[in-house]
Amino acid sequence: MICKQKNLKFIWLVMLLILVGMFFVSLYGGRYFIPPGEVGEILSAGLRGGVPDSIAGSVVWNLRLPRALLNALVGAGLAVAGASFQGVFKNPLVSPDVLGVSSGAAFGAAFGILLSGINQIATVLALVFGILSVLMTYTLSKLRGESSTLALVLSGMIISAVFSALISLIKYVADPYDKLPAITYWLMGSFASASYSDLKLVGVPILAGIIGLLLLRWRINVLSLGDEEAYSLGVNPVRMRLTVIAMATFITAACVTVTGIIGWVGLVIPHICRMIVGEDHKNLLPASCIVGAIFMIMVDMIARTATAAEIPIGILTALVGAPFFALLFKTSKGDWQ
Amino acid sequence: MILEVKHGYFGYSKGHDLLQDICFTLREKEIMTILGQNGTGKTTILKCVTGILKWQRGQTLINGKSIDSSRKTLKQIPIGYVPQAHPLSFPYTVRELVTMGRARHIGVFSVPSGKDKKIADQAIDEVGIRSIRDKLCTQLSGGQLQLVFIARALAGEPRVLVLDEPESHLDFRNQFLIIKLIMRLVRERGLSCIINTHYPEHALRLSDTTLLLGQHSYMFGKTKEIITEKRVEEYFDINVKILPVPYKDEEIKAFVVLDSI
Repeated sequence: MICKQKNLKFIWLVMLLILVGMFFVSLYGGRYFIPPGEVGEILSAGLRGGVPDSIAGSVVWNLRLPRALLNALVGAGLAVAGASFQGVFKNPLVSPDVLGVSSGAAFGAAFGILLSGINQIATVLALVFGILSVLMTYTLSKLRGESSTLALVLSGMIISAVFSALISLIKYVADPYDKLPAITYWLMGSFASASYSDLKLVGVPILAGIIGLLLLRWRINVLSLGDEEAYSLGVNPVRMRLTVIAMATFITAACVTVTGIIGWVGLVIPHICRMIVGEDHKNLLPASCIVGAIFMIMVDMIARTATAAEIPIGILTALVGAPFFALLFKTSKGDWQ
Repeated sequence: MILEVKHGYFGYSKGHDLLQDICFTLREKEIMTILGQNGTGKTTILKCVTGILKWQRGQTLINGKSIDSSRKTLKQIPIGYVPQAHPLSFPYTVRELVTMGRARHIGVFSVPSGKDKKIADQAIDEVGIRSIRDKLCTQLSGGQLQLVFIARALAGEPRVLVLDEPESHLDFRNQFLIIKLIMRLVRERGLSCIINTHYPEHALRLSDTTLLLGQHSYMFGKTKEIITEKRVEEYFDINVKILPVPYKDEEIKAFVVLDSI
């Protein structure tokens, strides 16, 4: 833990300032150069209801703003879902897709693209299969009677494997000139098509999930002690865990639905936050939200400005996340069992 | 407050009851010990009493009222459970972990209030671990961790403290300190205690009543009447001698195993 309790207020302030700063910087960043002053003017005009009818106005208001908002929302959502999953599964190494939600949603999207190309059908199928895969995982884990954490994680692996195989099958039969590149690109994750309609589609579920998890954040501490101790402390762990899993899954499914698969965020960000604010989920969850949003905005800015063509963000989060995780693994002295 | 268990049955597999017809009564400020060989169900009794497991038949009564593990009563059961010291998945600080003992008093959507933190700090002071309260639980020794778990149970403001082998894995000085602490808590807080132990001499020193648990039978009664050379031979299948050691005004009982090695 880097900071003591007393510095916590200062830390929150710094994190929020970085988030706001990053958000505005991301409105400037991009291939189409817009002078800093003009961005401010466009924003203030837009908030008053009249976006200037220019290329710059359209770029900032219709492309970069929804994209930055979606970045923040998805980053915060994936990170808080990851932190919650790690808490309720008593394992700091699980990520939001443990229960197969990512593979399920990916299959749904790939299937949708195969049927009809990228459109609303793919989005809806992604959401449906994302949630369906978690229900399947849950049902499978119940087959052996008691629903233990280990049973859930193992069932998640099984369901993920099945959907991964199905994705390969779809890729194999897809039209290699048209559909296959679309599926592959979608699987790598991207914010390139971010729009207000995306925001409308997933904004409410993601926000609702985040708020729900934030409200339950202290209870996750108790869950992380294990079922027996939760019971002995007067908390029914089974129902509470299901509630947390349902909300975290819903967030993850909604994120995957609009952006494709973006790995590593839900795993790495909570760990960074543990180093900043400590282990208590009371602080960890809000911190994960803020840092997750910062991270996603930052990485997406790199994705669209680093090269002439956009780099899929899933590739970047893995390239940034994996080495960082290796570093964490080395430096955090044996706290993980 | 009186805690009673009436005709409790429990088994992990169908058709085989590990615990059969368990009955005992714990009065206010009494200490009860449970002794028995490994695998006879000592921990299971504690789990059934605290509501972690449900009696399959029979019930636990507090002041004559039955408690089951429905949500409402789960919150109201004034029982604090101290598990055996075990490693934690997350390196919470001592204060964070002790504050979790307040869970039954904190609403589902709430976080600990100033009052909760104050009560947790009091519990920390009471067991004498103020100096380590900002340390990570993963960096503590077994004895310290045991004290942290006791503080966490106290933070829930229990009337009954249930401890599962609190002195195992500790050296004999720390064992003694834990026992002294338990005696002090009973005196000062007016708590009642149920303690699982592997040490008959601790039971003799500490408890008012004892439940001696065997494979198919058990005995419950006053400790001095229950723990005798003959009974220990019967329940543990080993020859022992209980020797009185006079010290100051007291007569401390020493426990010696006689069987040749």
